[in-house]
Amino acid sequence: MLSQIMNAISLWALPVIILTILTAGLFKRVPLYETFTDGAKDGFKVAVGIIPYLVAIIVAISMFRASGIIEMIENSFAPLLAHFHVPADTIPLMIVRSLSGSAALGVFSDIANNFGPDDYATKLSAVMVGSSETTFYVLAVYFGSVGISKLRYAMLTGLLADFIGIVAAVSVCNLVF
Amino acid sequence: MNYIFYFLIVISIIAGALNGKLSEVVNAIMQGAELSVKVAFSLIGIMAFWLGMMKIAEKSGLVEIIAKIIKPITKRLFNEIPENSPAIGDIAMNFSANALGLSNAATPMGLKAMEELQKHNKNKSSASNAMCMLLAMNTAGFQLIPATVIAVLIGIGAKNPTEIIAPTLLVTTIAFVSAIIIAKIFEKYWSPQTCDTTTSEVQEAENA
Repeated sequence: MLSQIMNAISLWALPVIILTILTAGLFKRVPLYETFTDGAKDGFKVAVGIIPYLVAIIVAISMFRASGIIEMIENSFAPLLAHFHVPADTIPLMIVRSLSGSAALGVFSDIANNFGPDDYATKLSAVMVGSSETTFYVLAVYFGSVGISKLRYAMLTGLLADFIGIVAAVSVCNLVF
Repeated sequence: MNYIFYFLIVISIIAGALNGKLSEVVNAIMQGAELSVKVAFSLIGIMAFWLGMMKIAEKSGLVEIIAKIIKPITKRLFNEIPENSPAIGDIAMNFSANALGLSNAATPMGLKAMEELQKHNKNKSSASNAMCMLLAMNTAGFQLIPATVIAVLIGIGAKNPTEIIAPTLLVTTIAFVSAIIIAKIFEKYWSPQTCDTTTSEVQEAENA
């Protein structure tokens, strides 16, 4: 039942939004086609404008991930985190989920395939991936699009919230599963 | 940002050398650079589509209506932004798209909001408090239903893949609310933005 409602929401969300926007435009006599193309013109400009910021962030993160440091962190924190019933295999996910969305999903699929759907590690990583957004990517794209290079406290806020999210995921999963 | 950029690269090179993975680290530079352009180019089409849709939504007054509904909340979160600014409507649309898990639509709406916030920004190269708040809301990744994760769980034959929805929603709400509270605390205690261009140039020189 719940999964049916969920599927219906995923399926209908976009069509409903698009229909609402177009119908509202028609009622207010907005020239739909001209207005659409006028707004769409900025698509290229914005996407190309964020390239320098994306290169800076994505290159640094690719290097970070290739260096093997995540495994080093995994090894040094595994004994400590074992006290909180955190399986060692989920540690890379805690780091990667702030850095790269596709990598986080990859690590999660790996864990899910290795441990099976009913294992605690799979459920914990599912909650950690499902409740996170790629902080570094969002910062690069959003600030890059308006050419801001001084982020002030935005990055610290994002990382602190990510940390709280990890602590919350571990606590909630300890209670629920 | 300067320090994080420096730190990430230096640590990677040192750790790469220690782990005997230096050649992988060097290869990652090229792969990362290529990936960045791929990501940016893959955004062009969907970005154009949603920016076009947003323009219609704006011209028809729809954005304004949504802004009015959400005003009691945004007034507190974005107190520097005038209530009638289109930024408020864009922020509301961005949040709704994120909550529904429509990240393809959420990003263009968020960038539209950033553009509007930049108009109110005193120092065009530094993040305003309102921008930091919008980023806090976005980096926390609030989402009602984690559709991708559930798809993976269904893929490996989970009997009850929807059991993660409630815990995930609880965790994402905790993270989202914390992000907003943290941003509000920093807004009060972090050194305020400089609006004088000469001081900001001095600061830039210092940071460089």
